[in-house]
Amino acid sequence: MTPALPAERPGCSAAPVLRQRGQREVFCGLTGIIWLHRKVQDAFFLVVGSRTCAHLLQSAAGVMVFAEPRFGTAIIEERDLAGLADCNEELDRVVDRLLARRPDIKLLFLVGSCPSEVIKLDLSRAAARLSVKHAGTTRILNYSGSGIETTFTEGEDACLAALVPELPTDTADQPGLMIVGALPDVVEDQFARLFAELGLARVHSFPARRADAMPPVGPGTRFLLAQPFLGETARALEDRGATRIDALFPFGAEGTTAWLHAAAQAFGIDEMHFRRVIAPGRERAKRAIAHSRTLLAGKRVTFLPDSQLEIPLARFLANELGMVPVEVGTPYLHRRHLAQELALLPRETLISEGQDVDLQLDRVRASRPDLTVCGLGLANPLEAEGLTTKWAIELVFSPIHGFDQAGDLAELFARPLRRRDVLKI
Amino acid sequence: MQLTVWTYEGPPHVGAMRIATAMDGVHYVLHAPQGDTYADLLFTMIERRGKRPPVTYTTFQARDLGKDTAELFQKAARDAFARFAPAAMLVGASCTAELIQDDPAGLVEAMNLPCPVVALELPSYQRKENWGAAETFYQLVRKLAAGTTPARGARPSANILGPTALGFRHRDDVIEITRLLDRLGIAVNVTAPLGASPADLARLGDADFNICLYPEIADTACRWLERQFGQKTVRTVPIGHGATCDFVAEVAALAGVDAGAVLDTSNLPWWSRSVDSTYLTGKRVFIFGDATHAIAAARVARDELGFTVVGLGCYNREFARDLREAARLYGVEPLITDDYLEVEEAIQALQPELVLGTQMERHIAKRLRIPCAVISAPVHVQDFPARYSPQMGFEGANVLFDTWVHPLVMGLEEHLLTMFRDDFEFSDHAGASHLGHGTPAEIVAAPVQAASGWSAEAERELLKIPFFVRGKARRNTERYATELGIAAITLETLYDAKAHYAR
Repeated sequence: MTPALPAERPGCSAAPVLRQRGQREVFCGLTGIIWLHRKVQDAFFLVVGSRTCAHLLQSAAGVMVFAEPRFGTAIIEERDLAGLADCNEELDRVVDRLLARRPDIKLLFLVGSCPSEVIKLDLSRAAARLSVKHAGTTRILNYSGSGIETTFTEGEDACLAALVPELPTDTADQPGLMIVGALPDVVEDQFARLFAELGLARVHSFPARRADAMPPVGPGTRFLLAQPFLGETARALEDRGATRIDALFPFGAEGTTAWLHAAAQAFGIDEMHFRRVIAPGRERAKRAIAHSRTLLAGKRVTFLPDSQLEIPLARFLANELGMVPVEVGTPYLHRRHLAQELALLPRETLISEGQDVDLQLDRVRASRPDLTVCGLGLANPLEAEGLTTKWAIELVFSPIHGFDQAGDLAELFARPLRRRDVLKI
Repeated sequence: MQLTVWTYEGPPHVGAMRIATAMDGVHYVLHAPQGDTYADLLFTMIERRGKRPPVTYTTFQARDLGKDTAELFQKAARDAFARFAPAAMLVGASCTAELIQDDPAGLVEAMNLPCPVVALELPSYQRKENWGAAETFYQLVRKLAAGTTPARGARPSANILGPTALGFRHRDDVIEITRLLDRLGIAVNVTAPLGASPADLARLGDADFNICLYPEIADTACRWLERQFGQKTVRTVPIGHGATCDFVAEVAALAGVDAGAVLDTSNLPWWSRSVDSTYLTGKRVFIFGDATHAIAAARVARDELGFTVVGLGCYNREFARDLREAARLYGVEPLITDDYLEVEEAIQALQPELVLGTQMERHIAKRLRIPCAVISAPVHVQDFPARYSPQMGFEGANVLFDTWVHPLVMGLEEHLLTMFRDDFEFSDHAGASHLGHGTPAEIVAAPVQAASGWSAEAERELLKIPFFVRGKARRNTERYATELGIAAITLETLYDAKAHYAR
């Protein structure tokens, strides 16, 4: 049992990438708030934007809007635009009212939107000003989740990158490991147990569950990306002296093994010990995946761009489930972070970056894959054309990382096909 | 700036999308940043449409800002026309594009597209979804019907105006009203915008009169058609048994036909008179929604089910005047607000026994453990049902009766819960049998005041009161105690208060 390492073949490393520009059927970065606010339990996300932004959050968050959520929108009104009201004063008033209502909030993000970016409302200065005003109780930061700058999961990247300069400096003698990317608590705990068994003493998650427990960073810090969409965050961490550990992303038995192995190697963990520790989880993952393999092997799959998870997921489906990726679309291709992933994709795969949705749908209709992974705006229309789909957003909201989720992850792709076979109507 | 968590209405361009999606052969080119395509999923998921909404977005990004975006818009419009070959096109800007001032109207005019093009001016920072839908429909009607010469047929005919995509029960209301008109011998000339083509809009003048089915959407267009073609407008909204009878009378008079053929076909009057419904008498109901549905619901609630209307409100200011008039009719304070926290406060203060509202009120009611039924948009996917379930007409009245009565603890069960409350099947934790969505433990208890001043004995007695009226009992007792300056609430205070507030 050898941990999977990138094979000595080029895969898609050098393949040309199809870049198209046209209508993009994607979410903006504001959507990241929906899972980020669940993760950091004393943070509030205040979008400064329009009614459209509020409507987007409400549509995307579904019923979560009612559980006294820790996000909201300061809706820019006509009088703000006409200069009748000073936007900064208005914002201060909204923030004061909000913090009075929710004194438990320790970290407030002012989240920029397309309207606030276009009118050039300086939220970073507003955040600095308000931080002084509310010093001692609430820290106020800002980032942009606007559609003109960010696509879906890039909202998390922007948010975490904004947090990096605020992280305490690591003064410990011993190097620490930082897991970067918001993961469901259950997954985070699983990884924490594995790293502890491996013998890594100082392992932190970023973001932490509470604003005052954010991990320290310094030249000794090695970090492992848990998500493929964290380009800015990685750069900000590197600016603070931390070093990225290059790895596959932890999807499937092989991906998770490789991811853990990269960390183990970086910290000089004994190879035999590593294998012993991960063996049970790896075996469980393989057994759980096998359940879906008969159904998925040989099936052709196309990913439309959505979250940047497409390439690692296509790698998992191709290598561990025997699927055949036809086209793998991504909103943005971070070549350096995905180098190992690209090398493992079958050479015939078409990699596309960006989107002209009508042309891309023409390609889907021409190639008629067995499964199309796409957004909710496209899924039902494609189903009505007889194409089986897997809606992509679930892949961001569900626990899919690590050994013990590998079976669930495979099942997410198998279920639409199983359903297609089971229905006699 | 306004702090918002929940909005009852989307931005006005979503209203325009509802018109474009409802129609055949109309394509909407929307100048909007990347991300605004989220609105597509309202149609594909909530309404479960099997087609993409006929909307092309320019989805500009930061790097496009500057001169580029105007070209981007023209390219998107050109490509959309080539691909979809629409019979008419809508062009407009979303909130961000409104700020960058590219002027879709001018840009598209310069392109000379070979189809009618309506350039929409939808002020995103002032107006909302319903207004956007009404304005879009009006502009389309004006563009396509102006200058046409009406050809009236021998058989009386009407247009049904207002149903859209993403409308609350619009699909079935149209079926119900069409059937009603058919039985009266009246032909439907055009139903619009739902299912209509631009060519259909061009023959709106052929009808003898118009039925303004949803004033929020159709009122502006109906007024224009009155002026343009001298068509009368039927303004009674046929929600409820009585309103449907009035509607039939109004339509029959306008068309010169006999109304007798269709009257009295709803089960609601007998169901409501039957003794099983006696316990409904005087149930205190709070009503909130769009003005049209709220006003109609109030009439049904009081006159046809025997409830007491204790609150009435709407979120769309455009129809505030109508709502205020209706509120006077019921002697209640009108609540006109789009802030759900205000609605929540009102519900908490009034402690109704039933809430009729939108998706939002459903959640408020769930938190406060008050029965609730949905009567108006915005609604979630479960209120776009597979089964036939109109709100309008006689079948609609049947649907209303069932929908509103089911969430209430049924007469017999209400007694059982009181009589046998110490039995485990009937204990608070069991709840009512038909309210079994989740165990009570998951439900947040009604945020009544902390039990200050309650004696242990009174507190225990309070627990013997069924959960669905306990909040009210506690509030009433505390209010009674405050008014009389009583510091310690005893068993006596509890029952004195009960006597005081007894109806």
